[in-house]
Amino acid sequence: MTDAVENTSAPALTRIPEMGSAPIGSAAEIRLTELWESAPGWRGWLSTVDHKTIGIRYLVTAFIFLLMGGVEALIMRLQLASPNQTLLTPEQYNQLFTMHGITMIFLYSLPILSGFSNYLWPLMLGSRDMAFPRLNAFSYWVFLFAGIFLYASFPLGQAPNAGWFNYVPFAGLEYNTGPNIDVYALGMVLLGISTTVGAINFIVTLFRTRAPGMSIGRVPILVWGTLTAAVANVFAVPSVSLAFFLLWLDRQTGTHFFDILNGGKPLLWQHLFWMFGHPWVYAVVLPAMGIVSDALPTFCRRPLVGYSAVALSTMATMLLGFGVWIHHMFATGLPTLALSFFGATSMVISIPSAVAVFAWIATIWLGRPVFNTPFLFFAGFVILFVIGGLSGVMVAAVPLDLQLNETYFVVAHLHYVLLGINVFPVVGGIYYWFPKFFGRMMDETLGKWSFWVMFIGFNLGFFPMHISGLLGMPRRIYTYSPHMGWSEVNRVTTVGSFVFAVGILIFLVNIVVSLKRGATATENPWDAPTLEWAVPSPPPAYNFAVIPLVASRHPLWEERLDEGAGRSSLDHGYLLMEGRETIGTTPLDAMPDVILKMPEDSYAPFFLGLFSALIFVGLLLHWRDFTVLMVLACILSLMAWMWPRKALVQRVPDINYDKGAAHG
Amino acid sequence: MAETMQLDQALPVGSEGKHSGGWWGVLALIATEASLFAYLLFTYFYLASQSEQRWPPEGLPALLVPGVNTVILLSSSVFVWASERCIQLRQSQWSLASMALAFILGVCFVAVQLNEWSKKGYDMASNLYGSLYFTITGFHMLHVIVGLVILMALLLWMALGYFDHRRYAAVSIGGLYWHFVDVVWLFVFTSLYLTPYLF
Amino acid sequence: MNDIKSGFRHAAWINYAALTVVPVSPMTDSQIAPLNYFLHSYGPASMPTMHLGWVFVALLLVIFIIVALLLVWAVLHKRLTDAPDSIGREDAGMRWIYIGTGLSTCILFALVVYTLVTLNTVSKPAQAPGLTLTVTGYDWWWKVEYEDADPSRRFVTANEIHIPVGQPVLVKLKSADVIHAFWVPVLAGKTQMIPGLTNQQWIEADAEGIYLGQCTQYCGVQHAHMGLEVVAQSTAEFEKWQNAQRSTAATGSAAGVNAGQKIFLDQCAGCHAVRGTEAVGAHAPDLTHLNSRRLIAGGLLTNTPDHLTQWITHAQELKPGARMPSMMLTATELNALSAFLSTLN
Repeated sequence: MTDAVENTSAPALTRIPEMGSAPIGSAAEIRLTELWESAPGWRGWLSTVDHKTIGIRYLVTAFIFLLMGGVEALIMRLQLASPNQTLLTPEQYNQLFTMHGITMIFLYSLPILSGFSNYLWPLMLGSRDMAFPRLNAFSYWVFLFAGIFLYASFPLGQAPNAGWFNYVPFAGLEYNTGPNIDVYALGMVLLGISTTVGAINFIVTLFRTRAPGMSIGRVPILVWGTLTAAVANVFAVPSVSLAFFLLWLDRQTGTHFFDILNGGKPLLWQHLFWMFGHPWVYAVVLPAMGIVSDALPTFCRRPLVGYSAVALSTMATMLLGFGVWIHHMFATGLPTLALSFFGATSMVISIPSAVAVFAWIATIWLGRPVFNTPFLFFAGFVILFVIGGLSGVMVAAVPLDLQLNETYFVVAHLHYVLLGINVFPVVGGIYYWFPKFFGRMMDETLGKWSFWVMFIGFNLGFFPMHISGLLGMPRRIYTYSPHMGWSEVNRVTTVGSFVFAVGILIFLVNIVVSLKRGATATENPWDAPTLEWAVPSPPPAYNFAVIPLVASRHPLWEERLDEGAGRSSLDHGYLLMEGRETIGTTPLDAMPDVILKMPEDSYAPFFLGLFSALIFVGLLLHWRDFTVLMVLACILSLMAWMWPRKALVQRVPDINYDKGAAHG
Repeated sequence: MAETMQLDQALPVGSEGKHSGGWWGVLALIATEASLFAYLLFTYFYLASQSEQRWPPEGLPALLVPGVNTVILLSSSVFVWASERCIQLRQSQWSLASMALAFILGVCFVAVQLNEWSKKGYDMASNLYGSLYFTITGFHMLHVIVGLVILMALLLWMALGYFDHRRYAAVSIGGLYWHFVDVVWLFVFTSLYLTPYLF
Repeated sequence: MNDIKSGFRHAAWINYAALTVVPVSPMTDSQIAPLNYFLHSYGPASMPTMHLGWVFVALLLVIFIIVALLLVWAVLHKRLTDAPDSIGREDAGMRWIYIGTGLSTCILFALVVYTLVTLNTVSKPAQAPGLTLTVTGYDWWWKVEYEDADPSRRFVTANEIHIPVGQPVLVKLKSADVIHAFWVPVLAGKTQMIPGLTNQQWIEADAEGIYLGQCTQYCGVQHAHMGLEVVAQSTAEFEKWQNAQRSTAATGSAAGVNAGQKIFLDQCAGCHAVRGTEAVGAHAPDLTHLNSRRLIAGGLLTNTPDHLTQWITHAQELKPGARMPSMMLTATELNALSAFLSTLN
């Protein structure tokens, strides 16, 4: 082993990976720190490819969008608290509800889960980073720029205003002449790039960079959830990107895809949008369900009941999720036979969810609950999940849906599933992993307060929406008459939503207070079973000083579980420190397969992200030359990124002018 | 200790062919781009099937020029494959020549199609068929151009002697993308040019 | 005008507070929530669905209570005091999943069957519809055309649909601009009105009364104020109404009225039509029998002379963004116009 200071020196093309240990403070560990740490200051900030930093960025940025979307909602609730209020004009209200939907669905609900997964996957899988660290950095930058792009329209009073689902012809040029919809369309195509490359990163990471011995049946359920969502996104996102691109073409270049007078069809938009939209809603809840499946057992002091069943049910839900999109279109006049098929499937899709619910309840029942804040969030989540799921069965029933559709009943359902199955596990997950992220414990008292206030406020705010929906209140109306019978219900909902907001505020206060004064966290403050709890809190830049060898699903519980499984080796494993390295393994059994060279920090992801976003700015503003220039800039950035590097052994070590064995 | 894992065998280091991250990455990229084309063709068939006038409204498309162009594109794929094979057989000069020929054939495809486009009596905004035709072939053309940039980069790196029979992952990865672009063309060609004759 | 009771509350119009109405129907408590389809149904197109809704809610409520109790019991039940450090075994508990999922599947299967049966029942009427009308959605009002084999018996009205009691009615649905949805909850489910397509659904009322409807597909700034009414009448009353609607406007001869008619033709006829005059505008509600309708402005205001003049001169404050402009008229012009409009019975 050479003292490889110069990264461009020629690494060998094969070698036997060294085994050993590298305790904190040893020469090897210090060497690892030098190899993996990012530069300080703004240089490191722009060029880092550390998945943990990127994960935190995703979490913080997505949370900020959550707060923005929440403020939008609270303003709407003020307007709707009483009949015939004039706090907002109809146009303002319409932009608010559209941006609320866009923010929550696209800028919060998936990125927050990407944040968790980005941070945790390599740690849970026993790896030093994701498979594509630079791509990881790029996906964050594009997400940030897409969010800014979408919001830039707001201060100009030209935010998208046709609902987040943006139906044509209302979203077309004839009825919506301003740039509002163009901002939405182009912003979504840009965001789709981030989502897609992020999904690709997760898929390849799962199949390639696990610790040896972590066979596919040993990965945490969060990993199953995110993997399923990532595969779904790879196939579903192009549908919505295409829809928005075709809409932009119609609006700006005169094509006729949605132009009724020339053979275009409004229903085409609905099909393309919902063929993406439905898989998407499962993509934003399955990883969160995975968070609960991984964290809840820790507080039940036993492994999850039915690991295989839950993993399979995750995949089954997603698969079925591709076959139900018509349930967003039951009222469009499609043939009854088609409606029957999609309606039945939409009801049946709740069965895999039932598997998960009973698995969680069984885990609690058979375990010994620890009544701390994360546990409360996960237990509360189960109730909200069940309510959301049951109201979902109602809207899946076609004739019922013909009444419930486009009323507040659906609003109730979607908020129970989105807040219940995404936000509550996310907040619980933050309470759970905060010690790992920041090395400090969160305050328990504030935590419990935040849970109860959030839980009560949420139910107070959203349960009455079932009732206003059953009383016929349509969605997307900026006001209503006092004679419709909706006034009291709306008042209660508004109060509840503000109570919920207070709960979020308490949570934020808890974060700030805990960052400053929280108790120091040990490696494994919860006595949890998975690999991320085997490294210091917060983890060092290199994650694992040695790549562990894994023998079960619960490496840190093996001694006490004592179920005949082997013993994982956590302190003695692959050193892999000739530069930034991690192990690549076979997809299913995780046998060692290749020594992967990981890239150094790079500015290319930032610049490629910036230039990509600027292409869309150019398209929005019709600056043709600028757009072409940005395309060229992107090509150059990509070349710089992709240039084969000796250090990564993407090319042969020496320049070889070999004329070939048999020149002829 | 982990059970029966072989921990002491030599492993390849870095981007080695199908062990490389990039290979898996391009496979996933192909999956998502293939989906994009699937949705494009869905759009085409959805709108065509509901059209009230005869389809295509501009008449049955001529097959000679695009047919020849298909052959050109497919042969460029053959030469990309041959280029990779030559590297494996340590024939680096032949590899370079093959790749260059593939590139030239790709450029021919673009030129021929641009010419075909200019001869159409309609454009993207004329009618629905024009919108569909030019958007679908346009998306494909975009992928071809990206593919050509990739082939150009490969040519450059091959000329610089970066690759040999042990390390040539970029050629496999870039080559796979090019083959994908060609396979997509077969679907596009069949849908736009051949199916009107069948229905 | 039908013999109905109506009440309204007056709010300062300058605050664009809309004046709204309480509809009347046989059951007085639906005055509390006139769109309440969960507890009220007045026809066979919605009755089976209402029952389906009750069964669902009852069953799902029971399921929720059971699951919630299971959860609470799971959390709270006493455990044997184990060694505090011990970790439970992994393999126990599959029975929970088998039983829970198994039961859920059986219940769900039964619900699916019941649902499909209901869908089949409500998707078409028991007998062929005797009346066909076409409703076209506009931003933000409803054009209603009554069909007939004999073209001279066809007529056009707006926002208020009359049907005979006890007969299925076929409603064809179109849109003139963006996607709307036709929904009269206590009579039937909703259907989208998609430009370029003609959808259809059937409704039937089993009791006389006025049934409120609402657009339920977001269609722009005034989606909130796109209401309609379906008035179910006895066959005799319905025939009377139809015949009255078929007649053209009888224009008066008083000088004031003629002046008003002139103003109408100058300023309103570009959009509005009054059959029997030269006003043939096709972009706005047909006003031939304006005074036969209970509401104006897409269900926003009751149809009184005061409200009418307020609507004409302050439409954009009452319903901002509506296609109706706030007309600039002097007091004299307004009076004349008002006099003319009052003849459109």
